[in-house]
Amino acid sequence: MNPVLKLLIEGGHLTTAQMAQVAGIAESEVSRQLEQLKKERIFLGWRPVLDLSRETAAAVRAVIEVKMTPERGGGFNRLAERISKFDEVESCYLMSGAYDLLIFVNGPSLQRVAGFVSEKLSTLEGVLSTSTHFMLRSYKEGSFLIEVPAQDTERLKVSP
Amino acid sequence: MKRFIARHVAGLPKSGIRDFFEIVAKMKDVISLGIGEPDFDTPWHIREAAIYALEKGKTHYTSNLGLMELRRAISAYVERHYTLTYRPEDEILVTVGVSEAIDLALRALLNPGDKVLYHQPCYVSYHPSVTLSHGTAIAVPTRAEDGFALNAEDLERAWQPGCKVLMVNLPCNPTGGTCDRARLEKIARFAVEKDLIVLSDEIYSELVYDGAHTSPAVFPGMKERTIFLHGFSKAFAMTGFRIGYACGPAEIIDAMMKVHQYSMLCAPILSQEAAIEALTRGEDGVKEMREQYHRRRDLVVRRLNAAGLACHAPGGAFYVFPSIASTGLNERDFAYGLLKAQSVAVVPGTAFGENGRGFVRASFATGYDHLVEACDRIERFVNTSTPCSAPSSS
Repeated sequence: MNPVLKLLIEGGHLTTAQMAQVAGIAESEVSRQLEQLKKERIFLGWRPVLDLSRETAAAVRAVIEVKMTPERGGGFNRLAERISKFDEVESCYLMSGAYDLLIFVNGPSLQRVAGFVSEKLSTLEGVLSTSTHFMLRSYKEGSFLIEVPAQDTERLKVSP
Repeated sequence: MKRFIARHVAGLPKSGIRDFFEIVAKMKDVISLGIGEPDFDTPWHIREAAIYALEKGKTHYTSNLGLMELRRAISAYVERHYTLTYRPEDEILVTVGVSEAIDLALRALLNPGDKVLYHQPCYVSYHPSVTLSHGTAIAVPTRAEDGFALNAEDLERAWQPGCKVLMVNLPCNPTGGTCDRARLEKIARFAVEKDLIVLSDEIYSELVYDGAHTSPAVFPGMKERTIFLHGFSKAFAMTGFRIGYACGPAEIIDAMMKVHQYSMLCAPILSQEAAIEALTRGEDGVKEMREQYHRRRDLVVRRLNAAGLACHAPGGAFYVFPSIASTGLNERDFAYGLLKAQSVAVVPGTAFGENGRGFVRASFATGYDHLVEACDRIERFVNTSTPCSAPSSS
């Protein structure tokens, strides 16, 4: 695997200068590889991992299972891409099993998310049915445990 | 009170690491490269197995040899990775870390005055363990120019009549030294010729970065004279579980078991349960950790050499052992000076024996960001250091 990609995955929050040191290459080379990863659409962008339930104007989040009719020639792609374009949609996956798409959506209020489902999503031609589950509480977000603060392991400062 | 202390215990020197620990422990914001254990926590699935065992009421003694299921898993693991076959019934003993296994083996083997060869610099407990078993320890030097590999020629030179045991630790703490097959084969021939029992502490054998690890026990005539010692602390990041094992000829394992049975009785059952989980489902985790150590090693070796400290690339373990000769300081002054001036802790090489003179041990079992910062600070220290004296040792 590309060493820069490896460090993106495991390195937490290394700066490009730190990545350069660890990988043993010039910082400019790290930047070049990051650009290349972006160009190849492997590295899509930076986003912070947030626990928004602590924010007073907390967002409402829901998971929606969507059944839909595939199209000749395009399968699910055209419709899935169309659905993905809505700002409310955080992520969208084609799934095996009892439904076709799994969509993660968020919005400022229950009404807004419900409105998105009833007015936008379920009225699309090709969407057969939707099943919406509102998220009540988050325990883990982007590999971070929510209620258990990350703590430094307590190791003896010097040991044999 | 001193008059009550047994002579051979009273005569043991205090660990050089202990001295240094007392000073570092009192300081704040130190980046410590002095830690001889993984920075990774034990993988969750292994910890969870221990919790589950506790919930299921597994709180009792086990067989003295250890849980049969664990011994079977050890047997399969050792065969898969080391091409060595040991019977779970009578050739494997589960111990409280490799440290206990070393103690058991020496106590089972040594008569007062028997001599034990060991290479040095080495792990801090080797010499004292021999002394505690009323044996005489004979140090065999390893050298930076060989990457701290052990040479049969040096063993030949150090050998004396009365030598019964050879202790090897490859990859080695503190040097990271390993031995290639050709060197090992010569050592094996030496052991057979001199009729030695070999205690092979292979605790770092999963953490090998260049080429594959070979156990000394695989060479002709060796399996019947080797006690293969291994454990979970380093590869599976399970130091606090205190769990290891010894594999060897049934008669020797039986003798070790006698000592174990009357002292330790058995290894803690929760640690044994966790160890089963580690062996059956933990190897992907080991691979990931090894890859990270590998990158960290390359980083530290490159940076220390660039800073002007001659540092060989250790073949295994997670320590570098650079020479500090270029600074004009001795290893104690270097370590204390670095700690005082730049708040980075490394361990003076002499904590691992006289042959560590002129070297320090730095562990790279620490996150990338800390390692980069520590290397920056070491570089600054090397560039600006004016010799200052360490507090005189007691």
